[in-house]
Amino acid sequence: MSAPRERQLRVAGDVCRVWEKGEGEPLGVLPGLGGVPRWTPFLDALAERRRVVVLSLPGFPGSGAQHRELDGQLDWLAATLDLLEAAELAGCDLAAASVGGMLAADAAALAPGFVRRLVLAGSYGLYDASEAGENPFAVLPDDAVAVQSEEPERFGAAFDPPEDPEESAEWQLRQYRAAEAAARIVWPFGERGLAKRLHRIRVPVLLLWGERDRILPPGYAKRFASGLAGAVETKILAGAGHQVWIDRPEESAAAILEFLS
Amino acid sequence: MKIGSFNLMSYRDLPEGFPQQYESVYVNIPSEIIDSQRMNRDYNASLDELEYADAMGFDLVGVNEHHSNGYGMMPSPNLMAAALARRTRESNLLVLGNSLALYNPPHRVAEEFAMLDCLSGGRLIAGFPVGTPMDTCYAYSTNPSELRDRYYEAHDLVMQAWTRPEMFSFHGRFNQERYVNITPRPLQSPHPPVWIPAGGSVETWNFCAKHEYVYCYLTHFGYLSGEQIIRGFWDEMKALGREPNPYQTGIVQYVGVAETRAEALDLYAEAAGYFFNNSLHTSPRWVSPPGYVTEETARKKIMSQVQEAARRAQLRTNAMDDFRGQTFEDMVDQGFVVIGSPDEVADKLREIATSQNVGNLLLMTQFGNMGTDLARYNIELIAKRVKPQIENLFADEWEHRWWPKPMAERAQPAELAR
Repeated sequence: MSAPRERQLRVAGDVCRVWEKGEGEPLGVLPGLGGVPRWTPFLDALAERRRVVVLSLPGFPGSGAQHRELDGQLDWLAATLDLLEAAELAGCDLAAASVGGMLAADAAALAPGFVRRLVLAGSYGLYDASEAGENPFAVLPDDAVAVQSEEPERFGAAFDPPEDPEESAEWQLRQYRAAEAAARIVWPFGERGLAKRLHRIRVPVLLLWGERDRILPPGYAKRFASGLAGAVETKILAGAGHQVWIDRPEESAAAILEFLS
Repeated sequence: MKIGSFNLMSYRDLPEGFPQQYESVYVNIPSEIIDSQRMNRDYNASLDELEYADAMGFDLVGVNEHHSNGYGMMPSPNLMAAALARRTRESNLLVLGNSLALYNPPHRVAEEFAMLDCLSGGRLIAGFPVGTPMDTCYAYSTNPSELRDRYYEAHDLVMQAWTRPEMFSFHGRFNQERYVNITPRPLQSPHPPVWIPAGGSVETWNFCAKHEYVYCYLTHFGYLSGEQIIRGFWDEMKALGREPNPYQTGIVQYVGVAETRAEALDLYAEAAGYFFNNSLHTSPRWVSPPGYVTEETARKKIMSQVQEAARRAQLRTNAMDDFRGQTFEDMVDQGFVVIGSPDEVADKLREIATSQNVGNLLLMTQFGNMGTDLARYNIELIAKRVKPQIENLFADEWEHRWWPKPMAERAQPAELAR
């Protein structure tokens, strides 16, 4: 894997990292739990066909710690729109996962024109007590990886700290901050009224879900599908967990590229 | 030196083998194991014990707040303090305290504490904890990343509600209140003394030093676990150029007194074993919500720059099950419980107070499943034969500026004609 190009953008009072790779039409990527601390095979697969632009919201790896200044969904939505604009992604395709999905869905609902086509992967945003998933912030230490991923080696390749002790400490701190930022967005249910706004999403949507998503079981893909106003495709990837992009990098990228083709 | 009697109101009848059978005493404690009829007896027993401590001459009696918790059965310590206000006479009432961010609106705390202060004739000490992760982020679903900022804002609101004479507006980040005007205002002027219970986070040192509040290290694990934490507070005070008034700190210590050490070992082993091996069985899933500790504290922890004992104390909080299977003598050796004859206990408490420069000892005189008879025995021995040996410590050198100022002539409950 070659290194991505890096830009720093001043957004929402923070300095936010943007990683880019590939040529052609831009595809924004808004990651989920843990962010993107290092480039992944999934992003490489997308970059073969598109100019992949990976956004890091405040608090997520590569960005600063101004997430603590963002209170509530409206602040986060504004930060998301600011970041899309600053990265010149307004009006482009956007793929978002997990906590990022919750923000991307509201961006599409409330700022029509900002998102051309939307991919939601294991997205937060809806909550149904009859199929409540697990809380990734309330797991036993031994289960911390398994609750997110069915592929611990791939997960480790994406998120494990480097060996150098000093780099490792900084890495862990960044990941602690990323977990805090994610918790800040979704605590306690990952639901901020999106169900009332879902009908405003009129652009084509791909719902990409891990069959074994323990945090947001695949039933949530159906809930999203039934509320969206535009064309919807659903792709459930067998054996994958919540981090579907980590667990099934090639299949995820292929599904996204096909949807956008 | 001020000496208090503190009571967590632990559930006293957890089933045999609780830690093996159940995941946690906290947050997801199964409701069927808590018998509400038993609570009728235990609440009254706990109040009896605190009232007895008052009658025996303790300087204060203390209660605190926990939620969904089998070792602390007081979701509302203010209710217990209200009961104590009526039946105690001289002891001050330490409510340690109300977790400010959990109250909506937070000036509810200003109101209830003001009521308690008036009811007790100015005997209230007001405690403002951030609250444990289990209480705040899980049992009460507060966003861990917002908790501390909510706490600081609620603190400012409560202080204004107590001290501003006029009705005012509070336009905060988390709380918008157009008309704040509590009735009554507190009896003590400008407000009851404020003590902050702390678990060792570095921010609280500065908060207490800056606002001139009492820093209370709340620990189940005794004076040894508090050594570095208390030193951290004094270092912060020194850095800010503040005087080392011992009355500005407090520490919790479990204590068991008998005629001899051998007798104490025999008498208190069961209650200690019950408490440390059963009651503290907290699932690790409930201890580390991201954002609960600030980045500064997280950094220190990650970089291993926290002083060794502070780190040890943190590990203890995060892995309470490590204590299962320890003998009572192990617990005594590690300082969880100070036991012995009255003279031995007095010597040890004097040593703790002087070595750590702590002027307020909050003694757990009842813990775990200890029965009222034994608790009363413990309380009586401490009051009559330990306290007199150490109560004059610090008194000549320092003024206790964080001690209640009750009315001289206070209303008392009327005798009831039956």
